[in-house]
Amino acid sequence: MANEALTSTEYIRHHLQNLTFGQHHDGSWGLAHDAAEAADMGFWAINVDSMAMTLVLGSLLMWFFRSVAKKVQAGVPTGAQNFAEWVIDFINDSVRGSFSGRNAMVAPLAFTIFLWIFLMNLMDLLPIDLIPEIAKFIGSNVFGMDPHAVFFKVVPSTDPNVTFGMAFGVFALVMYYTIKIKGVSGFAAELTLQPFESKNIVLKILFIPINFILEFVSLIAKPISLSLRLFGNMYAGEMIFILIAIMFSAGAVMASLGGVLQVGWAIFHILIITLQAFIFMTLTIVYLDMAHHEH
Amino acid sequence: MNLNATIIGQMIAFAIFVAFCMKYVWPPIMAALEERTKKIADGLAAAERGRHEQQLAEKRAQQVIHEAKDQANEIISQAQRRGNEIVDESKDSARIEGERILTSAQAEIEQEANRAKDELRLQVGSIAMAGAAKILGREIDKEAHTDLLDELVGQI
Repeated sequence: MANEALTSTEYIRHHLQNLTFGQHHDGSWGLAHDAAEAADMGFWAINVDSMAMTLVLGSLLMWFFRSVAKKVQAGVPTGAQNFAEWVIDFINDSVRGSFSGRNAMVAPLAFTIFLWIFLMNLMDLLPIDLIPEIAKFIGSNVFGMDPHAVFFKVVPSTDPNVTFGMAFGVFALVMYYTIKIKGVSGFAAELTLQPFESKNIVLKILFIPINFILEFVSLIAKPISLSLRLFGNMYAGEMIFILIAIMFSAGAVMASLGGVLQVGWAIFHILIITLQAFIFMTLTIVYLDMAHHEH
Repeated sequence: MNLNATIIGQMIAFAIFVAFCMKYVWPPIMAALEERTKKIADGLAAAERGRHEQQLAEKRAQQVIHEAKDQANEIISQAQRRGNEIVDESKDSARIEGERILTSAQAEIEQEANRAKDELRLQVGSIAMAGAAKILGREIDKEAHTDLLDELVGQI
């Protein structure tokens, strides 16, 4: 545990608080010093830690694959190219398996989603206090901040802003392609004329509001479920890591038990982080495939 | 855990990363993969073609060997036939030559014998004449008894 002066509750809260930059009550701009201040900042605030982590991870990802792409050759692949080709082949197969249309954007989109989310989730496997302690050290020594006010949430996918951001991005693409391929009337028909259909014109009109309610809910459920599934899984996993970390300060027996639990949960979590990234990717492909399908 | 402008920031970052990947990462790697796929396919096709050609060549080679064997057999049998012919021919010519030598020898022998007979006859005539002259004690007039002598010579 980082600081003996913290109670368990404070420790958990500290770990679940983003480093938020926004406008204070008095009109000045700056970092929030506690959760209440962060909540006070309203919508026009930004989670510095989430943005920093996602940008660093995304840049790393793109830098690695770009460096491979620069040197790529059709001969016998070696080293990094081998790995990159393995990943790209896997994603390409997934896309071809689920997406029947022709769109050059879907595969790179799926690639970015899968690997980026995977890297974000992977941060869960780092020792839970490692990066927050480094951030605390830098924050207090370089920027002269109050050590207690340096929050740092390491796993960006435990920040709903991040998962919603990606899900809304995907949703925007789904809407764009739905309207591009089926037209506004096709989209409207999809929303109102199914699943209940009838040849009788009166019944047809009668069914429109019912259909609309059903279809609209299922439409809105797409981005919400996409983002909340990832967020929920990662948040719960992170929570368990935090709870296990608390055990380390509760005596030798509890600490060793905590060590065993930590390893066990981490191994299990490897499955979850990969699976969640894969689910996000696959659902994105499926939604886009649905958007490309004419009825 | 508040919803705030991070959503927008995340959407922008997401869009940038996807665009970057779509432009600079995905196409070159996919192009390399496709090129390799094509290369392998070409290689397999070439190997198949090569095997086919090898089979054809083998067949042709066997055919050539077969023809060569046939030709060799023919040449051998021709040579044997020719050899036999030559042997027969020389046998014939030798026999003819022998016969010719034999007949000429016989003719010569006959000639010699005839000449000897003639000489003998002449000598016998003169001996007989000499004998008769001695017996008669007088010179036989050769002129007067020519026809008698000739008759005598003819009798001998």
